[in-house]
Amino acid sequence: MTTAPLHRLSALAVRDAVARGEVRASDVAEDVLGRIHGLDSKVRAFLRLDEDGARASAKAVDAKVAAKKPLGRLAGVTVAVKDVLCTRGVETTCASKILRGFVPPYDAHVVERLRAEDAILVGKTNLDEFAMGSSTENSAFHVTANPWDLSRVPGGSSGGSAAAIAADFAHLALGTDTGGSIRQPAALCGMTGLKPTYGRVSRYGLIAFASSLDQIGPMTGDVRDAALLLSVIAGRDARDSTSQPAPVPDYLASIEDGVKGFRLGVPREYFPESIQPAVRDRVRDAIDVYERLGAEIVDVSLPHTDYGIAAYYIVATSEASSNLARYDGVQYGIRADGARSLVEMTSRTRTQGFGPEVTRRILLGTYCLSSGYYDAYYLKGLRIRTLLRRDFDSAFAKVDAILCPTSPIPAFKIGEKVSDPLSMYLCDVFSVTANLAGIPGISIPCGFTAERLPVGLQVLGKPLGEETILRVARAYERETDWHLQRPPLD
Amino acid sequence: MEWEAVIGCEVHCELSTKTKVFCPCEVRFGAEPNTLVCPVCLGMPGTLPVLNEQALVYAMRAAHALHCTVATHTKFDRKNYFYPDLPKGYQISQYDLPLSKVGWIDIGPPDRRKRIGITRVHLEEDTGKLLHEGADGESFLDMNRCGTPLIEIVSDPDLRTPDETFDYLKELRTTLLALGISDCNMEEGSLRCEPNVSIRPKGQAAFGTKTEIKNLNSFKNVRDALVYELERQRKLIESGGKVVQETLLWDAARGVTATMRSKESAHDYRYFPEPDLPPLNLSQQFIHDVLWSLPELPAVKRERYQRELGLPYYDSDVLVQEPEVARYFEETMNAGAPAKEASNWVMGEVLREAKDRKVEVGALPVTPARLAALIALVLGGTISVQAGREVFREMAATGGDPATIVEKKGLVQISDESALQSAVERAIAAHPQAAADVRAGKEKAMGAIVGAVMKETKGRANPKLASDLVRRTLGVS
Amino acid sequence: MIRDEEVRHIAHLARLELSEPDLARAARELGSILDYVKKLEAVDTADVEPEIHAVSISNVYRKDEPRPSLPRDEALAPAPSHDDKYFRVPKVIE
Ligand SMILES: [Mg+2]
Ligand SMILES: [Zn+2]
Repeated sequence: MTTAPLHRLSALAVRDAVARGEVRASDVAEDVLGRIHGLDSKVRAFLRLDEDGARASAKAVDAKVAAKKPLGRLAGVTVAVKDVLCTRGVETTCASKILRGFVPPYDAHVVERLRAEDAILVGKTNLDEFAMGSSTENSAFHVTANPWDLSRVPGGSSGGSAAAIAADFAHLALGTDTGGSIRQPAALCGMTGLKPTYGRVSRYGLIAFASSLDQIGPMTGDVRDAALLLSVIAGRDARDSTSQPAPVPDYLASIEDGVKGFRLGVPREYFPESIQPAVRDRVRDAIDVYERLGAEIVDVSLPHTDYGIAAYYIVATSEASSNLARYDGVQYGIRADGARSLVEMTSRTRTQGFGPEVTRRILLGTYCLSSGYYDAYYLKGLRIRTLLRRDFDSAFAKVDAILCPTSPIPAFKIGEKVSDPLSMYLCDVFSVTANLAGIPGISIPCGFTAERLPVGLQVLGKPLGEETILRVARAYERETDWHLQRPPLD
Repeated sequence: MEWEAVIGCEVHCELSTKTKVFCPCEVRFGAEPNTLVCPVCLGMPGTLPVLNEQALVYAMRAAHALHCTVATHTKFDRKNYFYPDLPKGYQISQYDLPLSKVGWIDIGPPDRRKRIGITRVHLEEDTGKLLHEGADGESFLDMNRCGTPLIEIVSDPDLRTPDETFDYLKELRTTLLALGISDCNMEEGSLRCEPNVSIRPKGQAAFGTKTEIKNLNSFKNVRDALVYELERQRKLIESGGKVVQETLLWDAARGVTATMRSKESAHDYRYFPEPDLPPLNLSQQFIHDVLWSLPELPAVKRERYQRELGLPYYDSDVLVQEPEVARYFEETMNAGAPAKEASNWVMGEVLREAKDRKVEVGALPVTPARLAALIALVLGGTISVQAGREVFREMAATGGDPATIVEKKGLVQISDESALQSAVERAIAAHPQAAADVRAGKEKAMGAIVGAVMKETKGRANPKLASDLVRRTLGVS
Repeated sequence: MIRDEEVRHIAHLARLELSEPDLARAARELGSILDYVKKLEAVDTADVEPEIHAVSISNVYRKDEPRPSLPRDEALAPAPSHDDKYFRVPKVIE
């Protein structure tokens, strides 16, 4: 029996303690809710809590334990869910004014999976509006702070989920990653974030930003918890035509097997001049650890990396301009008052409902798809995507996984980049390529800058290579204690 | 100057699958508003489409029947535009890689038979329905129809007259009905036609500026609207004006086309591949399996009825219009009725009865086997044709079998000379002038006397025997 | 790089009402992003097929089997304007 507070335990530890009857799920829920009440006024990770729902789930788990009924794999474990995932009966807004008041009559596939495994859903976390951003500053409701330095951003767009994990407001969190939105905030908040292979996790109930890039993934305190959560949410779902039919392995089964004999690639294009030296040094140190662990470090080249951001912003915004056309004030969400015609109603609703970044991306995407520009922008972006995918194919012919930084910079100051959209976009340089190529990637903490800001190491894998990257990530984690360090919040 | 019309047709046809094309909601016309909807067809955030395989098979049937080449690689695209009946802000349709391309259909009777090119047949989703009858400045939206599978059939601009267009639509409807993929009900909107039309001086190769006509809910509307629009364009051009490329609405009550003002002036649909639906790689095996599963098409059936059964074109055309009618006809024949007799009865009594009762012929209480038995009674001389019609009506009302009805109603034809002789004599006595005329060689006068015999026997007299007896009694041969 | 007129057209297509200052700012911001995107012109993609999907899945179907629809009140509840049967929208002016 551990003496650490319940909110501080790993999900695996909580689940085992609850299953053994050492801890009541209701006590876990109260401990976590108490911590949120005490500290979220500083961090503002949540858009809304579902305390009644959390308590009811906890009670149901305790009843199961008392009745000696079989328990789910997440029994008694608290989970925070990014507010881009639909939750039946609980308002889901994507941090946008346009969806204020939207209460979905259905659960996202992943939320169903969480409930089926007896998880305790504590609330919905903040994000950049419609997951468009890298700092969570684009939320229509409030800014989330980085628990390591409250004057800095937590990254984005899954900044609320990242901050919630860093602050121990939940044992597990779900994020979504379209161009790095799980991995980058994980890096900036010093925790673990995994973007699975495109199609590994069903997108049903994930409110779309860019359909061909969006993936849901775990955001956790350590690698083993990420493996646990991925085991729960992965797998084919008949409601998502793009979900992959491959069987789901037990991601924990081989996670401790180490990297001895692995060939790990280091792409030279991921260490440009512009990268912050502290980030480069910490990642280099991590690569040395792998060498020490018996992995062979191989120099690889991903020659089209530099075109990733441009291709990404074309493809993502083109799809977004269409995905966000449904917010027209008819079937759900808000409607502007006083319009005298349909066109006026739709235009006013959208203009009032969307924030500046979303508006910007809709305009950009509409432009890229419009008559006369489609070939030069949209199709060109897709062709570059092909080249990027081929880059990875060639690299993975030689190596088992790729090691690189997650983000070129650590957490920046709130407000620092809001006036310069392009400089914000460039933060995604090391993360968008995995989305364009559809491959999995994980970010784990690998140290701190001099200002004690976390730095993330990214491990990229082949399509459906989640087992490998989890094993690689875990090998490093076992050698270090970065993942056990906590921000000075209390 | 002599003008020539150039007409092409875009036809949308709702498929009669059990469920919608991308979600498992039921497809059903006339349900309570907004009761056949789910998060997917309402376009709620986070929902995704999943293709109904049957919709694909139905669309492919249509493509095959129209002799189109079915693509082995096809995909869906998004057509982006805003309208309240389109909940996602885009319609899932097909753009540059449609399900099928380049086919044809033959139209019209033999004396004006013509082959019309089919540009493409593709699969897409229907929209909801906006009802404008709301008071205080509001419209009502019913989303039941939203997501119903639709095929879009685009013809080449090969049609030259409103009549040809009418023939084209008729043949298309008959063909789609035979495939069992749609009820093709224009009033209920399951078959919708949007012709585009232009005129040019006869002999000129270049096309004139075309207009598109919407809001046509019967084949007659299509013909009327085209006649009107061609005349409008001719007058406009002859008076020095220019046709503007635009979409017009047919006002059936006033018999005019009118400009649609509120729609987008310049459309830019920003088509792009639907990322939520993987592409389709259709095997030759699959494509051929669908081809081989096609029923006999009306065009083939029509030929067969003429060639093998010796029916006139007119009969063959009437019989193949609805698959149920053709089936009814063939079953009547299989039960022993000669083809022409079966055709006459089906085209006459059967279709009339079905129309009066507003039911399909298959729903009539008269089964093809019983109709065949009735025809046998008439041909065998047991009852007269006139009595046969009476028996048919009785069968249709009660569902009884013809022999029993004939017996019960005492309709057996009087073919016994002695039984008729006295009636003949009374008829001659009652019509002395006619009798004199017949003796004088005026054949026409026979009618009055035979008619009187028939009347007295309540139609049961064998008409041939009655005539013979009248002649013999009057001493003419 | 992008004219105000073009931005106005794009905004109309996207059903966004931009004030004049917003329009000018959008033109500036889009212009700088499009300038950045221009770097793609340097890549020869003549023989490269565009990839729409990140994974090669094809032929995903559903059987034609009906499932219950939403209860009508649940379908209508999220709408900003509805009665007990219909969604309501401002009248379309033809
Ligand atoms: Mg809508
Ligand atoms: Zn539905």
